[in-house]
Amino acid sequence: MTQPVTGGLAGASRLPSPYEPPGGQAPSLADILERVLDKGVVIAGDIRINLLDIELLTIKLRLLVASVDKAKEMGIDWWEHDPSLSSRATAPDRSLAENPNGSLAEENERLRAEIAALRAADRSPAP
Amino acid sequence: MTDTDTDTPTDTPTDTDIVYAYAVLRRTPEAARAVADLRGVAGEPIRLLEFADGTTDGTPGLAAAVGPVPAADFDEAPLKANLEDLSWLEATARAHHAVVAPLTGRGIALLPLRLVTVYRDEDRVRQALDARRDDFLPLLDRVTGHVELGVKIYAAPDSTPPEQKTDQETGQGTDQRTGQETAHGKRLGIGRAYLAGIRRRKRTAEDSWHAATRSASHITETAGALAADRVAHRPQSGDLAGPVPGPNVSNDAYLVPENSVDDFRTSVLAAAEKFPGVQVEVTGPWAPYSFALPPEPTP
Repeated sequence: MTQPVTGGLAGASRLPSPYEPPGGQAPSLADILERVLDKGVVIAGDIRINLLDIELLTIKLRLLVASVDKAKEMGIDWWEHDPSLSSRATAPDRSLAENPNGSLAEENERLRAEIAALRAADRSPAP
Repeated sequence: MTDTDTDTPTDTPTDTDIVYAYAVLRRTPEAARAVADLRGVAGEPIRLLEFADGTTDGTPGLAAAVGPVPAADFDEAPLKANLEDLSWLEATARAHHAVVAPLTGRGIALLPLRLVTVYRDEDRVRQALDARRDDFLPLLDRVTGHVELGVKIYAAPDSTPPEQKTDQETGQGTDQRTGQETAHGKRLGIGRAYLAGIRRRKRTAEDSWHAATRSASHITETAGALAADRVAHRPQSGDLAGPVPGPNVSNDAYLVPENSVDDFRTSVLAAAEKFPGVQVEVTGPWAPYSFALPPEPTP
């Protein structure tokens, strides 16, 4: 940590500054997440935040970082009902409420369908 | 910790540590020294875990930068809950980045692993990474001596991407009626003027978007000529993008030789000066996150 700490943050409990350009500020959360979550070497760990979970999370965050509006236009709005990442959502977890007896297999199938839909949306051409 | 627990029963599984892997790198004394200063996502000390021996023909051994993290936070159930907590996610993502970035800053070639790549113990890390060793070597060669720089290009704040043609049709209909002055002419005139104003503003907004994309392609050309590789990220527009000067037209990552980082930055910003309609932000240097993946197979 050789960079001087800038501004009034000096007293705050700021984490040691990462590799920052001279005079630069901390990278934005969007810039960091699109790298640490969306890029980098993907290799299965033991702890099963398994590929399904992390893929859902990645795509959800992609939508937060990138094209939420676009996904909405395409009729993808399930995260509106997902209390986890939507500050707007106040509804209880509908997947559980609607499917109290749902088996893991059904849940799995539902998640896979969501991923397929999101992937399709995600692959639309970049400008 | 995990090294020494033999048959001693632990209170609960969540009291033990599991292993968080941050990056793959060549096993060098310099790398070992560099990781010794670092603290990880749980404040834990980072060390090099060797997983692939070098060969006699000069292929270096590989290692992973790892640290023990509490299972109470990183085992399956807590991790799943934690990842849904944006503030936990932010702190963890920044801490992960804070392990990887200083290594890149010291000129150490590495391949960053995705956030929360976590294993039961160090043996499992060795097994998992050793199985991928043949993937890592060419990727490490590619990023050696390079860093990643981000270039985000923004249009003017009032720019909008073009939409469908419905407005044009409306416009024609209105135009046909012009010249028919009636008793209500003045009021219609005001309405028409209002609509025309909207259309004009919209055209201007679309024009400035088109101008920005044209400028962006010039700037991209300049940047590409100074870089070994380029990866296009999605333009940012979500809540997490923070305050921005305008709509994000392009968001690219470049693999740049580490000795020409300043030149890259200066040249790209100079190129951007020629295009007053856009604002350009150069971020980094980053570890080569965007270049740590094998090229996507073309379908």
